[in-house]
Amino acid sequence: MIFGRRTAKSLENADLAPTIEGRSLWADARIRFFRNRAAVAGLVVLILVALFAAFGAYVAPWSNEEVDWSVLGQVDTMGRPSLASGHYFGTDELGRDLFARTVQGTQISLMVGLIAAFIAVIVGTIYGATAGYYGGRIDNFMMRLVDVFMSVPYMFVLILLLVIFGRSILMLFVGIGLISWLDMARIARGQTLSIKNKEFVEAAHAIGVRPSTIIRRHIVPNLLGVVIVYATLLVPNMIIYESFISFLGLGVQEPNTSWGALISEGASQLQYGTLWMLLFPLFFFVITLFAFFFVGDGLRDALDPKDR
Amino acid sequence: MLSFILKRLAVAIPTLLILVVFSYVIMYAAPGGPFDTERTLPPEVMANLEAKFGLDKPLIVQMFNYVWNVVVHFDFGPSYVYKDQTVNDIIAQGFPVTLTYGFWSFVVATVVGMTLGILAAIYHNSWLDYLAVGISIGAQVLPNFVMAPILTLVFTLWLGWLPGGGWQGGQWQYVIMPVIALSTSFMASIARLTRSSMLEVLNANYIRTARAKGLPMRRVIFRHALKPALLPVISYLGPAFVGMITGSVVIDIYFSTGGIGVFFVNSALNRDYSVIMGITILTGALTILFNLVVDILYAWIDPKIRY
Amino acid sequence: MALLEVTDLNVKFETNDGIVSAVNGVTFNVYEGDTLAIVGESGSGKSQTAFAAIGLLARNGHATGSVKWDGQEILNLPEAKLNNIRASEIAMIFQDPMTSLNPFLKVSEQMEEVLTLHRGMSRREARAESVRMLDAVRIPDAAARITMYPHEFSGGMRQRIMIAMSLLCRPRLLIADEPTTALDVTVQAQIMDLLRDIKDEFNTALILITHDLGIVAGACERTMVMYGGRIMERGTTEEVFARPTHPYTLGLLEAVPRLDRREDVLPTIPGEPPDMLKGFPGCPFEPRCPMREPRCATEIPPLERLTDTRVRACHRTPEDVA
Repeated sequence: MIFGRRTAKSLENADLAPTIEGRSLWADARIRFFRNRAAVAGLVVLILVALFAAFGAYVAPWSNEEVDWSVLGQVDTMGRPSLASGHYFGTDELGRDLFARTVQGTQISLMVGLIAAFIAVIVGTIYGATAGYYGGRIDNFMMRLVDVFMSVPYMFVLILLLVIFGRSILMLFVGIGLISWLDMARIARGQTLSIKNKEFVEAAHAIGVRPSTIIRRHIVPNLLGVVIVYATLLVPNMIIYESFISFLGLGVQEPNTSWGALISEGASQLQYGTLWMLLFPLFFFVITLFAFFFVGDGLRDALDPKDR
Repeated sequence: MLSFILKRLAVAIPTLLILVVFSYVIMYAAPGGPFDTERTLPPEVMANLEAKFGLDKPLIVQMFNYVWNVVVHFDFGPSYVYKDQTVNDIIAQGFPVTLTYGFWSFVVATVVGMTLGILAAIYHNSWLDYLAVGISIGAQVLPNFVMAPILTLVFTLWLGWLPGGGWQGGQWQYVIMPVIALSTSFMASIARLTRSSMLEVLNANYIRTARAKGLPMRRVIFRHALKPALLPVISYLGPAFVGMITGSVVIDIYFSTGGIGVFFVNSALNRDYSVIMGITILTGALTILFNLVVDILYAWIDPKIRY
Repeated sequence: MALLEVTDLNVKFETNDGIVSAVNGVTFNVYEGDTLAIVGESGSGKSQTAFAAIGLLARNGHATGSVKWDGQEILNLPEAKLNNIRASEIAMIFQDPMTSLNPFLKVSEQMEEVLTLHRGMSRREARAESVRMLDAVRIPDAAARITMYPHEFSGGMRQRIMIAMSLLCRPRLLIADEPTTALDVTVQAQIMDLLRDIKDEFNTALILITHDLGIVAGACERTMVMYGGRIMERGTTEEVFARPTHPYTLGLLEAVPRLDRREDVLPTIPGEPPDMLKGFPGCPFEPRCPMREPRCATEIPPLERLTDTRVRACHRTPEDVA
């Protein structure tokens, strides 16, 4: 009877199993994230782009509104990117310094992306979590409404709003954010539902943990991972939306600019051979989107419980 | 099945009505009317104009008239800005163009995207997989308004193979670049989605069962894995459709195809409300109809959905 | 001659966290009409042993050693060759009947394809034979229900369908991987009865993979106990149950609840199943073994033959354990 009752008792306290070192979910995720080279590279690029947006204006010898009269009318030859003239990225067709313009466009595009994503995430999470938490008829109605909204070509409605209420940056933030919360709502609802039914939440209920504590200690931390991942992937999409609207000339208005507006200007000048007008803003647009997607994918892989 | 379709229609029709009413109210609330820019108009002319377009009646009546005309007569009324043209004329002029390259874009995006995704999943971790992943990662940062100038730069300005714009009744040279520009990012999304869902399905227990039954790989993939793997892709087709309709605005403007997008943006800039509304409602209706088709397709494939 | 001859089988998985050695040096035979139970906790490598034998390892898995079917080497054969053996010679049923049948295909479609492929039957013949087999596993009204989808059946019914499907080609060996784990207790008993009847009726050899000692006793003549990817001991079921020669077997048997004894606390084996990411310089059970000696941590106990029917791998003598 080597495993008789008494032995089993005495063994309970014995340190038999090699201690499995505990790592918190977040520490674990951090290790996974930093092991992902593409994600780390994306993070570095994002930091560089942010530094460019923040401090680029101090480096530029020209301001973004100043017209360099010496190149006007011969932009295709005099307006080329050069260190000597101080136009590092060349000038646009009106003789304005493209470096300074790109810095400004980067600021605005990043800002629109971040703020719109923030709005979408907040609205979507609250809406979805509410639906998931209450469940039943309320959930049913709320999610039906999301279905209805989903089948509307929102960009048209947004353009309609922009036309009618004026084309301000604020309108753009809010509008883009508000058309993008639907997916977030669905994701947050699904997560809330599944977390709510998890054994550890039921167990917490059963031993009499207060609901506020359950939400704080169990539901929010489990929701957070998904929300962060989705938010990271949402930012580049917001940037694309903003650029799309600005490309059409319905978004950011002069003298302000954004990547979309700069790409549009550059694209309209293609036949004059002033390629730099397209390529510099396009370069920043593309690397930033890449970086966001890589960081988002890296975060998802790091936080996805499926792989654990 | 019929009752399923009817049930979906019962949701779709109110959705459309909400869209119409919502746009109408926003338009009504807008500061300034379409004739405000023409400052010199004497009050009597103004009154005449408003009477002609029915703008002097109360909101409810105007809205009811509008909805009635749209629903019963399929008549979106006159354009406020393009004189002598009705919204129907404009739609009839631009819509076939948009529909033509939109259709081809959709076909290219789904067929190429699905094929690429399936091949990548089957030959997981081979050069083909890396190529497909590379293409789809690259393409997600190339939305239509980025693709359009790049294509023009390469194929029109450098190589001189294709015309940089125009439509010419839809000859193939004029269709190629709009189709590629519009479909690339959606093709990439579909490829990614197909690949990851196919990979997931290939790890499913029932695929192991199929392999344990000694079925050849071809049969395992096409008979056992394809249907479940395509379900998430099918639910993405709805949003993809919306994205393409939206993207067509850029295409119409950039390639001067004369599609509906040009009218939309010009009307937006000129506050030509009736045209904006007409186009918004039309695209909304199309989207809702398309989503209905997608839903039915989904239910048809997935035996667990009961109608 | 042995039907299935497994010699020094090793299975390794490449994972993000390192290489996992799931199966280490496993050797056993299965004979015509034989019934062998492979018993162990989850992670003991019992399922991977079977998957490796018929080439169903996950993509990141790699098997070495030798597996012979009818004297022919079949380990790591190309899929196309293995497909001739699968289902027609060696059939397999799986743990979870809910997910092991394709939810998108009718039961008839999933059954008929086995026969049309391996036996070259027409659809009509295949349908008739499938219905006959569903009758044999006691599915009521089989002719009508065969055109239903898997989700329209209960869990127990689905496992019956799985069994019927695996038997369509009259295989000589049936590998049942935890066939009752996902089912209710009463349904478990029915399925085990069914497997026993089928074994007699079709004279199929059976490998029953399970962690449930309770179902082994009535179903299998021989039992093999695995832990940490290694064989701990093997013998006739009677021997193993009556006179275990390995501390792990003893622990497993102690942990089975019994009606003929009053116990306040059900004895358990202390500690956790091994972390397979770490290699074991010695016996994998050493950290949890109450009879361990210093050399158990450093020396792998060799698989030694006690009698014709019995092998064991433990540094202690059988007398020490008993």
